[in-house]
Amino acid sequence: MTELRREALKIAMPWLVLAGLLIVWEIACIVFAVPEIILPRPSKVFAVFFQRFDILMAYSWDTLWTTLIGFLLAIAGGLLMGLAIGASPFVYSGLYPLLIAFNAIPKVAIVPILMIWVGVGSLPAIITAFAISFFPIVVNVATGLATIEPEMRDVLRSLGATRVEILTKVGIPRAMPYLFASLKVAITLAFIGSVISETVGGNNGIGFLMLSASARNDAPTTFAGLFAIAIMGVLMYAVCAMIEKRMTRWAFRGEIVA
Amino acid sequence: MAFVDLKGVSLTYRLGKESTQALADATFGIDKGEFVAVVGPSGCGKSTIMKLVTGLLPPSGGEVHVAGAKVTGPIKGVGMAFQNPTLMPWRSTMDNILLPMEVVEPHKRRFRRHRAEYVERGMKLLKTVGLHDFADKYPWQLSGGMQQRSNLCRALIHEPELLMLDEPFGALDAFTREELWGVMQALWMEKRFTGVLVTHDLREAVYLADTVYVMSRRPGRIVMAKKIDIPRPRTLATTFEPHFVDLVHELRDRIHQEHA
Repeated sequence: MTELRREALKIAMPWLVLAGLLIVWEIACIVFAVPEIILPRPSKVFAVFFQRFDILMAYSWDTLWTTLIGFLLAIAGGLLMGLAIGASPFVYSGLYPLLIAFNAIPKVAIVPILMIWVGVGSLPAIITAFAISFFPIVVNVATGLATIEPEMRDVLRSLGATRVEILTKVGIPRAMPYLFASLKVAITLAFIGSVISETVGGNNGIGFLMLSASARNDAPTTFAGLFAIAIMGVLMYAVCAMIEKRMTRWAFRGEIVA
Repeated sequence: MAFVDLKGVSLTYRLGKESTQALADATFGIDKGEFVAVVGPSGCGKSTIMKLVTGLLPPSGGEVHVAGAKVTGPIKGVGMAFQNPTLMPWRSTMDNILLPMEVVEPHKRRFRRHRAEYVERGMKLLKTVGLHDFADKYPWQLSGGMQQRSNLCRALIHEPELLMLDEPFGALDAFTREELWGVMQALWMEKRFTGVLVTHDLREAVYLADTVYVMSRRPGRIVMAKKIDIPRPRTLATTFEPHFVDLVHELRDRIHQEHA
């Protein structure tokens, strides 16, 4: 029984912490009489959240699909480039420094350029989401390939395997847990990318909604948008974590045996 | 010319400006179907010999011939087993031991269509090492000894003419190790492949080999070749017979000279 309760408590913990946080926030707003325009009470934010649910959903949907398209492109591109970098020392030495330089550029700085090129709309958001979530995928896949045990390679080489066979039989399966681990990081980054783009120069999406709400001094709606982004981020993270567990069961070997 | 023939083979590893001579002037031959063991002090270049014979490393000097052809790159279809079982954790035991079938001709082109036939063959081999109930298990669900048995099966499934073993029993406990000597001997007596075993365990060398080669300290050279004239099958009881013990002592004394 106590074991069961401990388990139940463990599952309930994040919700309890969240509830505690919201209660502290609510009380603090009341006690210190914080004006709503600066920090609305959570109860007010939730009220607005449900009151404007259709609008929030419409704008969230826009953010969600631009993020997902950018993210999927980043997976495809990141996987290919990660394999190329991990498999060939020449590609590695040629591309890696450039990749690091590109990653060091704050992505908010490329949005104005994208707007010159492709105008406002969903496209800059997709491209920004792609650009920001690409890097961790490439690095992780390349790491997965680079850390193959030399003996595993020797076994295959002495059987007469070609480079392509070594890549498909060992390299790619070996890199998969690294890929899926990076997806959890990359999906949250992709949200950052698309919201940045919507905020800097968009006419759609949750970032745009928050920007226009804040321009009207409508703090509760701005915060409701923030909540919507957080919810989407957590949900997509959970989806990625679930896919990771399903696709690379062998990498979680301890948990299955137990 | 012997099946595996080394003539004045040497190897120098270079790392930047530093160079280390791992192997100096190795000359010996292994007949077809012969099982040899290479023993010597640690770091004497035993594993280097394996890599040279299989063509994974090019020699710095001398020539290696296998089956009459000069070795210039990795030779195909060799069976290899290392101390680390290097099984793939994402494949079941069966899929692991069938790996060579996906790579080695002529099995490679037949594998997809005749999978059932290969699975049967894999099952037969697993049975000889007592693992037939574990075909569907993953390597991380097996004990160390079981993993090493699977590793041997993977090295043998395509019936290679040449089997290279680099301390395959080194990481196992004494009981499992001695049990696997028996398994190895049985497999060899059945298939009669040419075997090269690198080991520090002198009893293991004498138990399994037709000829034991003793190497000197680095840079390694062959300092002794000892024929083991004990009839097969050898058993654990054999290892306590005076003649067996004498052979082990003789080898040990020779290696001690190297340490002196």
